[in-house]
Amino acid sequence: MTRAPLLSAQGLVVRYGAIEAVRGIDFSIHEGEIVTFLGANGAGKSSTLNALVSLVPAAEGQVLFGGEDITDVAPERLAPMGLTLAPEGRRVFGGLTVEENLRMGAYGVRSAEKREAAWDMVHDLFPILHERRHQFAGTLSGGQQQMLAIGRALMCGPRLLLLDEPSLGLAPQIVGQIFDLIALLRERDVTLGIVEQNVAMALEVADRGYVMAGGRIVAEGTAAELRQTDRLQAAYLGGS
Amino acid sequence: MDLFVQQTVNALALGGTYALLALGLAVVFSIMGLINFAHGELMTISGYTLMYCGIAGVPFVISVPLAILAAMVAAVAMERIAFRPVRGGSGATMLITSFAVAMILQVLFQNLISARSQAVMLPPLLSESLRIGNVIIGVNKIAAIVATVLMLVFLDRFMNRQKTGIAMRAAAEDFAIARLMGIRANTVIAGAFAISGLLAGVAAVLWVSQRASVDPLMGFTPVLKAFIAAILGGLGSLRGAVAGGFLLGFIEVYLAAFLPQELQEFRDPIGLGIVVLILLFRPNGMIPSRVLGSVKV
Repeated sequence: MTRAPLLSAQGLVVRYGAIEAVRGIDFSIHEGEIVTFLGANGAGKSSTLNALVSLVPAAEGQVLFGGEDITDVAPERLAPMGLTLAPEGRRVFGGLTVEENLRMGAYGVRSAEKREAAWDMVHDLFPILHERRHQFAGTLSGGQQQMLAIGRALMCGPRLLLLDEPSLGLAPQIVGQIFDLIALLRERDVTLGIVEQNVAMALEVADRGYVMAGGRIVAEGTAAELRQTDRLQAAYLGGS
Repeated sequence: MDLFVQQTVNALALGGTYALLALGLAVVFSIMGLINFAHGELMTISGYTLMYCGIAGVPFVISVPLAILAAMVAAVAMERIAFRPVRGGSGATMLITSFAVAMILQVLFQNLISARSQAVMLPPLLSESLRIGNVIIGVNKIAAIVATVLMLVFLDRFMNRQKTGIAMRAAAEDFAIARLMGIRANTVIAGAFAISGLLAGVAAVLWVSQRASVDPLMGFTPVLKAFIAAILGGLGSLRGAVAGGFLLGFIEVYLAAFLPQELQEFRDPIGLGIVVLILLFRPNGMIPSRVLGSVKV
């Protein structure tokens, strides 16, 4: 890993009022990698992802994406740069049709060619979305909404796609489908950053991972290494 | 029966104007959580544009689009100057700001134009009426109904077919996520204000064409009614705003027409009583906004 990372964060701090959710962390994601962030509830994983896409401000630290400083860049400028997030809880636009949701995903994409390529890829990956394209997103099942959230994020042709708890609240067999999909995305060279509470699944698809506890990174390594460390267990049990 | 038909036409005309105003309030509220009480002053600006155009001898077919344009420009300027600095502030902060804008504009109208009511020259055609069977219908009423229908169809097309319109619906549901898609907050908010100005401008032309006068406080009453209509329909819901506007128009016109003479004094309290009664049974309005109350980052 001598090349410059696609995304790197240094000393990232996120605060909500007096509460420090992320307490100065460093990490990086390289092109073509799948990196997962693990840890118990409240460890600061989602805050980290939200800070990367400026949904919450970074109180301190710096985030570089493709060599550019994006720490304070407005969220609407990130999708055109190739960075986007499929948020926790899916947050599809329930009152818009599936097709409209996907169109909105490509809102910032100027080139019609790129839009069509993304459109084809999404329809290829999720035939169900094509089938349901005229249906309101709010009427889809949880699993379909998650596919739509990921599909919508893919519509901007991202260089880095962040997934926040993609399996949360889904039935076990649907969770399997979502992870199959993540494996498919890797074949298509999409770089991914994933926050997941399903540790076993996450480590199965990921190349590397960071373990967070109390707003800090307490362990990092390849997926194989993390599967063995007891620090992972410690992070979940509340120690660090 | 003839009286009933006649009053129904009146109710449609008045309700349509309320519906346009309530829609203007709802479009802005659904996107940025601001209840814009200065919406009425947009109407007043349109009214004065009509008045000055009349004095300058501009033909009515040209002064109407000018008046509507004036309201749109004023709405966008209002957002840029007054509301952008408090964007993201609490609902109360934005509400107070809108009161301030309304009052500043009213004082400016009073001091720079006149505190008194001014006559607006209208084409004679508007004060004529058509006789259909035994029913006599004012041309201005027909114009109001036609204009309302055209605006509603236009807005429906815009919100459902145009990329910007769809983006506005997306932003109304989840502003943070819409921005994440690359939808610019400034574009969507300025667009919402432009549309609310357009609706206020059309409503003002209709309002003035029923009265042929304009005064500094002209916009206050109709916008207060539109606010009631928007709440009746479900605050933040566009369909609700239209439904609430028409319902309020019907309540007012029917009460004025069919309430016994000795109760006419109590017309407004009775009308508002009906509104309160409806809200007792449907506290979120007739067609509640699906997203109101959901979490927004």
